[in-house]
Amino acid sequence: MNAKNRYYPINSLPESAFQDGSILFSFDTFNTRYAWDCGVAIGEYLAGLREGKIIGSTCPKCHRTMVPPRLFCEWCYQPVHHFLPLLDTGTILTFSLCYVSWDVQRITEPEIPAVIAIDGASKNHGILHKIGEIEPEKVHIGMRVRALWKAPEDRTGDITDILYFKPE
Amino acid sequence: MNKDVAIVGVGWEGFHPTSVDYSYKELIYQAANKAYHDANVDPRKDIESFISVAEDFFEGTSIFDEYTPDQLGAVLKPMHTISGEALHGLISAYLMIRSGLFKIVAIEAHSKASNIKSITEVTRYALDPILQRPLNFHPDFVAGLEMQRFLHQSQCSISDCSMIVQKNRYNALSNPSAAYPMSLAETKLSEDDFLAYPLLESHIAKPVDGAIVIVLANGDVAKDISSQPIWIKGVGWCNDSYALEYRNWGELSYVQKAAKMAYSQSQITNPIEGIDFAEIDDSYAYREAMTLIALGFADNTTIRGLIREGAFYPDGKLPVNVSGGSLGVGYLFDASGAQKTVEAVLQLRGIAGARQLSQPSTAIVESWRGVPTTSSAVVILSNQRE
Ligand SMILES: [Zn+2]
Repeated sequence: MNAKNRYYPINSLPESAFQDGSILFSFDTFNTRYAWDCGVAIGEYLAGLREGKIIGSTCPKCHRTMVPPRLFCEWCYQPVHHFLPLLDTGTILTFSLCYVSWDVQRITEPEIPAVIAIDGASKNHGILHKIGEIEPEKVHIGMRVRALWKAPEDRTGDITDILYFKPE
Repeated sequence: MNKDVAIVGVGWEGFHPTSVDYSYKELIYQAANKAYHDANVDPRKDIESFISVAEDFFEGTSIFDEYTPDQLGAVLKPMHTISGEALHGLISAYLMIRSGLFKIVAIEAHSKASNIKSITEVTRYALDPILQRPLNFHPDFVAGLEMQRFLHQSQCSISDCSMIVQKNRYNALSNPSAAYPMSLAETKLSEDDFLAYPLLESHIAKPVDGAIVIVLANGDVAKDISSQPIWIKGVGWCNDSYALEYRNWGELSYVQKAAKMAYSQSQITNPIEGIDFAEIDDSYAYREAMTLIALGFADNTTIRGLIREGAFYPDGKLPVNVSGGSLGVGYLFDASGAQKTVEAVLQLRGIAGARQLSQPSTAIVESWRGVPTTSSAVVILSNQRE
């Protein structure tokens, strides 16, 4: 600390100050609920997942195949109506090893999110999913992987109908 | 540098109480595609910047602006989101063009109200957390307080406000995009379903889904690409105190000030003479009457008579909400001002179909962000450049 900065002692508030009422505060919770329409393209995608298929859509102008599918091409701005099943295999474009869970708990066995370029889609068109059945230190960019699906009777038309991708 | 700015394209999708067929992204794409066609522009080449109007709590997604580029053709282009009313977005686009830095700018606004399963809770969350929320009222109580004071000052009755509902829902019969049309014969409203006395449930506009895209261009470009540019002659916006405890309940001072700003830019000294029709806030029926006073079309002594003589019907002295307004079209939350702008553009171009007014040249559009806000914006449009 240099001479120009003044020092202010800081006393953090103890939990008891909230409990014994020596601090005045207002508490409220936010009880909102939403139900999002998935629309035509993502509707096709989710219906495909229930059938054990990864669905893409192809732009009539630039001919690229997008996954997850879209009803429009964001590059050419063309409407897109051609849907097609792709393979359930692909290549890891990028990944991370997460040692903290979504609810901020430290975990020893990392979770592995990855973007996977799906075979049959245009180059570098990938979906976000998880990697499993592998030593974390062996995961690498360019690695070939295959989807592990839930049993057909357990699928609900959800991104989690694929449990994870594992080495091919 | 040329300082004129015109609306050169409008497109919309809707308006329906639900829209399960399209996601909000697909809804916006449909509206944008039509607007770009109308404006004769390619969004990937011609549009230099994009504005989206959205509020995270209505979307159910934090930092919602990340979800706006793709469906507008705005990927890897300048774009930003305004967390305000659609008219605030429109005015921002106008100012960008006035700055001389942009020639063509598009704005988008939408409502996917059917996806919000707890709309009242979202509105309740707009109240002050320490002074107001703990009192636990339904948030429409704010409209009840305002309407009470308005009736007291204007000598209008609850039935006079019902007449506004009747007019707007009747107008909606001639608007194929409207979700809540109703013929006059059927519209004898029951006057006992009070939500917050004197506010009746039937006096509250019901939500709809829909998307609207509007393309603006600098005067020289507008002349080249559009056969019917609609000129923005003046804009204004204003907020009063947020505190329920500090406002003047009897009048909409902020609407008055926003209008004054827009009138002065448009060189309109007497709105009754200078304006041919109005598309204004009617999210609650009484608001249409209060807004007409704030805009200078009536005062507390004349408003009741004007409502009763039908002055605000399409064949009256000042047609108000010919589109059907939010009561007839449906309430689009922050996209409401965009729906009203579209109606003004169609009327001024002379392509409003069965509800076309006879040769209007100047329109006023006004919007409000709803309870408990005091946030309003005004735009004046004309089909005459000079
Ligand atoms: Zn394309």
